[in-house]
Amino acid sequence: MNTMADPTLAGAALASVPGETMSFSQAYRDALAFALESDPSVVLLGEDIADPAGGVTKLLRGLSTRFGVQRVRSTPISEQAIVGAAIGASLGGMRPVAEIMLMDFLGVCLDQLANHAAKLRYMTGGRSHVPITIRTMVGGGGSNGAQHSQSLESWLTNVPGMKVVCPSNPLDGKGLLLSSIFDDDPCIIMEMSRVIFHPQKMVVPRGDYRVPLGVAEVRRAGTDVTIVSWGRTLNDALIAADELAELSVSAEVIDLRSLVPLDIQTVLTSAAKTTRVLVVHAGVQFAGFGAEIASQVTENLFDTLSCPVRRLGAPYAPTPAGPLEASYVPTASTITSAALGLK
Amino acid sequence: MAPLSTNEFGRSRVSERSVVDGGRERTEATPKALYTLMMRISALEDGILKALSAGTFRAPFYPVRGLEPACAAVGLALKPTDYIVSTYRCLGDVLAKGVPMREIMAELFGRAAGTSKGKGGSMHMAAPDYGLMATTGVVGAGMPIAAGLGLAALWDGADRVVVTTFGDGASSTGAFHESLNLASLWSLPVVFLCQNNQWGEHTSIDDYTRQPVIATRAEAVTMKTIRVDGFDSMAVFSAVREAVDHARMQRAPVFLESVTFRLRPHAYGTDEPYIPKSKREAAIEKDPVPNMRRLLINSGALTVDEVSSIDEAILVEVDDAIRFAESAPPTPIGEMMTDVYASTGGMPL
Repeated sequence: MNTMADPTLAGAALASVPGETMSFSQAYRDALAFALESDPSVVLLGEDIADPAGGVTKLLRGLSTRFGVQRVRSTPISEQAIVGAAIGASLGGMRPVAEIMLMDFLGVCLDQLANHAAKLRYMTGGRSHVPITIRTMVGGGGSNGAQHSQSLESWLTNVPGMKVVCPSNPLDGKGLLLSSIFDDDPCIIMEMSRVIFHPQKMVVPRGDYRVPLGVAEVRRAGTDVTIVSWGRTLNDALIAADELAELSVSAEVIDLRSLVPLDIQTVLTSAAKTTRVLVVHAGVQFAGFGAEIASQVTENLFDTLSCPVRRLGAPYAPTPAGPLEASYVPTASTITSAALGLK
Repeated sequence: MAPLSTNEFGRSRVSERSVVDGGRERTEATPKALYTLMMRISALEDGILKALSAGTFRAPFYPVRGLEPACAAVGLALKPTDYIVSTYRCLGDVLAKGVPMREIMAELFGRAAGTSKGKGGSMHMAAPDYGLMATTGVVGAGMPIAAGLGLAALWDGADRVVVTTFGDGASSTGAFHESLNLASLWSLPVVFLCQNNQWGEHTSIDDYTRQPVIATRAEAVTMKTIRVDGFDSMAVFSAVREAVDHARMQRAPVFLESVTFRLRPHAYGTDEPYIPKSKREAAIEKDPVPNMRRLLINSGALTVDEVSSIDEAILVEVDDAIRFAESAPPTPIGEMMTDVYASTGGMPL
């Protein structure tokens, strides 16, 4: 029913494509502009996204001026209508990219996501599909308290039918966003504020650049311990790996990049080599997505592992505001300590 | 050929005459056609209830008796290329959109030949090639999706309209209000059809709201509203046509409230001590199908014999559909894990 964008450029070799040094926001905006320019069925929906606001973090600044307010549509504060309208528009042949300002606000539109977007393909025996992308920011680190700071991937990964994506850097930001937009399934892409505002810049290819969903990346090779993470804590894990190297511990750091689809094979290959695995994430540890990784590694490599798989996530409490928050999400130093604890 | 003009998305408008009706024939909107469709809905429901009582199959079922006029009128007013988003009380809408009885029954029986390969069930029948885009089991939740289809209808340049149906109970949900506001704000070509049967599940409208005129919610966002006696088939017929024409020509939403009364239980198998006997009896007097039959005969539009032959043909069709579903092969186990995703690479399937 829906037309696919030209996939021939997918996976273009990085080296052969002219690029530009970009921050996460620049790379992301570049991806959205490419999608709007290359496919007339792409439409952006969300609160405050049109200029002059350009989105709450200015991530979309300039897009409505360039592509028009019909295609970059500011909406009322109506999350159910935003996600529902995206679903309906996709059933009618469009490829909507909707923004839910903060992931915490999924609480007011989870019915549309979990009961409709995720299930329509199945409930119609494959006669419908819902090629929507939901962009949503994950807060944290700004003393915003319990309702503007949550990393809620585990709410989503337990619902078959959705894809859950989480970039940690500008290059993956562009590549994963474009893959999500042109994917025929509903994709939720978690934009962590600590990734959006991270000072890192990268050379990002111009034009069509995609990172396939379901392919993890070994961001740092190592031999003693495997650290699996995604989003903001991935960047902390890379710092921890430096700290560990100074202590003569060689850490391999794996960026999952998408949780569904899950590239467990890359994790298992690494775990078989290092025999020690630490899973780190910003969300609550108890019943968090790290438990799935730990379980799958254990089920597959019980005899190979030197010690039980360890998880490191947020404690079982709402996110506190104020100075307490600094102790809530794993940091490079707590990751280093946890890795050293794997004997 | 140069485009007629461009729409707000900068895309070419498609002229009225160039819109293809999906290759299917449109039934001419006559009182006879209205009755025939109403009778098909009513008779298929009777067949389903009989089969459920006999234990021929098991499925949840939400009767539509009493709502047939609006369902059938929508079926006649819409083109095959128009969209419907329905709710779990969907039998009338599904038939109205032209989905064959055999596919409907096969879905209810859990057969591979069903509208959704038997995997959707009675609350999730969908047939996008007929314009039946989605059917939700969550009260009020189809309305935002209909708004989105309205946006796509503006975008694609055709003259499509969207009809979404829901009960009065949906008016208490947040999705209801968010959708009306958005459709009004963006002037989306959506007809919001409220089948007001006076009951939200098992609670009377007077016990869940102080404003039982549901259309007032749409007036509040400056939407055009129409309110009609849902038991008066011919009045419903013209109200639906007015609403659909307005959405199509003005590219703007309409809220249409069809006021009826629940003639059968909320769901098959539930009892109804909550409905006052006098109210129920008064409503049954207005039962639209037999009244429409009488109207056609008394007005001389059709003879008794002509009506009988319409009815007999429908009973044969219903019987055939149920036999077909009964003998059709069940959905194979291999279908459990298909249609979860477009592609399954890397999926935990």
